[in-house]
Amino acid sequence: MDTPSLPRYPPAVPLLEIHQLNKSYPTPEGTPTTVLDVPEFTLESGQQVALRGASGTGKTTFLNCIAGILRPDNGNIRLNGQDIAAATEGERDQLRAQNIGYIFQTFNLLQGYTCLENVLLGMSFSGQADSQSAAKLLERVGLVDRLAYRPGELSVGQQQRVAVARALANQPQLVLADEPTGNLDPKNSREALQLIREVCEENEAALLLVSHDQPVLDQFDVCRDLAEINHAAKEVAA
Amino acid sequence: MTLWMIIRNSLRQHALSTGITAVSIGLGCGLLMAVWVVNFQTQRAFKNVTGGFDAILGPRGSQLQLVLNSLFHMDSSPGLIKAEDYQTFRKRDQRYYERAVPIAVGDNYKGYRIVGTTHDLFEAEHSPGQKYELLMGEQFIQNEKQWNKEAVIGATVAVRLNLNINETFHPYHGLNFAKGQVPHKDKYKVVGILKPTGTPADRVIWIPIEGLQQMDGHDPRFAGDVSAVLIQMKDDPTARGFDMYRLDSIYNKNTDHLTYVKSTEDVVARLFAQFAWAETVLRWVAYLVAVVAAAGVLASIYNSMNERRREFAILRALGAGRGTVFSVIVLESATIAALGALIGFGVYALILMAAENTLRTEIGVTLNLTEPHVVMAIVPLSLITLGALVGIVPAAKAYNTDVAKNLIPQS
Repeated sequence: MDTPSLPRYPPAVPLLEIHQLNKSYPTPEGTPTTVLDVPEFTLESGQQVALRGASGTGKTTFLNCIAGILRPDNGNIRLNGQDIAAATEGERDQLRAQNIGYIFQTFNLLQGYTCLENVLLGMSFSGQADSQSAAKLLERVGLVDRLAYRPGELSVGQQQRVAVARALANQPQLVLADEPTGNLDPKNSREALQLIREVCEENEAALLLVSHDQPVLDQFDVCRDLAEINHAAKEVAA
Repeated sequence: MTLWMIIRNSLRQHALSTGITAVSIGLGCGLLMAVWVVNFQTQRAFKNVTGGFDAILGPRGSQLQLVLNSLFHMDSSPGLIKAEDYQTFRKRDQRYYERAVPIAVGDNYKGYRIVGTTHDLFEAEHSPGQKYELLMGEQFIQNEKQWNKEAVIGATVAVRLNLNINETFHPYHGLNFAKGQVPHKDKYKVVGILKPTGTPADRVIWIPIEGLQQMDGHDPRFAGDVSAVLIQMKDDPTARGFDMYRLDSIYNKNTDHLTYVKSTEDVVARLFAQFAWAETVLRWVAYLVAVVAAAGVLASIYNSMNERRREFAILRALGAGRGTVFSVIVLESATIAALGALIGFGVYALILMAAENTLRTEIGVTLNLTEPHVVMAIVPLSLITLGALVGIVPAAKAYNTDVAKNLIPQS
């Protein structure tokens, strides 16, 4: 993997800093329900952190806010010092395209595209689309002989590997993984997780993974309970 | 590059609807271009059919019928100019014209008209700068002392009737051929075949005028009469206009048995003006086809929006901006229209070939299939623009895709 083009922050400065993050949704009755209430959260550059979260604890909303897909109601989300929460939508799109890789539970691969094209899309919006780099990434995840295959022609485990390659395609500083092994059997789950951790390490990308799967969480040195971070989740859990 | 990759994949995924929509745009595009070009080229070709002559003198009747009968070798003959009138014109009005060529019609061979005339006809330029030339053989014999039962045939006649030099035929009476009809006893020999001229002359069998006037079975009392006189005015631009109006005054206003056509071009223009409604109808049909096709693009893309919400959400999650997904849809719509425009050129070529073939074989007028026309740029570009415009509606839907909602699963 090439050296990331964006400058790294000194290790002393957290890559991701969240302060007083708040997000609520209206219920069908029209009253707002708070799903995120995160007073503080930080992630160091290159750090790999797992968050334990059951269904309904707002983990996807948390990751979507960090990715800039959702705008929080209040608070700050600083990535490399830039406040995602205060950025315009266009700025958030750019930030996501250049600095964040996202791995989804259902992979979210585009079915009409080949593996190579899926990975190319991952790097396209940051303006660094390069077929050779995309092929190299697929080679790294063991799919060099599947470049022209479409997702439907691959096994579930192989699809997740394409998703991993795509998440790393834009050489992100932060990889968000939302239940990345949720759809895999135990063997594939172990392999996928190992692969995600390895490639993130190789690329010096920080990893923030949320899961409710204990064997997955057990593999992380740093594992935190989402309910500890998200005060709103406590209420949900209660 | 990314945009094109997304567009290409989408078009491939929706190949059937893309194909059908592009074909319908192609029909509208081809039809619009063809209506314009066929109309333009046909009018020009018809106006250029002068046989090298400026005016026509014929029996009293319709100027259009006279032009069609004398130059296009179509329609029925309006009658005859009496021999004495013809001779009077030749002598009295000699100062006005350079060349006056009589023609006589009334017979055919297997549907192709036999026209009696003199060698003078072949001295004129059938098209600007182009004179009649023999492809093979020679001219029929015709001089003050003798004329032979010989024929020079147009290129189309030679091909369609498979007539060769030295072959003979018996003319049939009348301008139209009917099966079972008994031919004249006279036997004519083909002595020459003309090179193609791209004019109605290609569909004519030319014989000495005396041959037609004295054909077996024709009333000898009318042997000196002619069907029309093709007139080439004196080559004096200043006097020409005045002379034409003089002849117009003499024959159209001060006699009641002759008709003088001072401008064949005007008559043809009037003919086209009478049928302008047909062109308007065709043009509106083509507009309608194009608009329906554009609506088809809109419907096709708009209907695919629901199934593509997740695709847009994924693209957005990968960092694509709202503007990018908006552009994808607008460009996709324009691309379908562009594909349609390409198909349109094929449709245009087919229509033009069919029109050219019909005009050439039925009338003898040729169209230029490869000649560019400004509508060949305007129509495709307009349709591509229209395609892009109708793409704005589904593009707005894609623009407003809720990313988080469409990225499953939600927890």
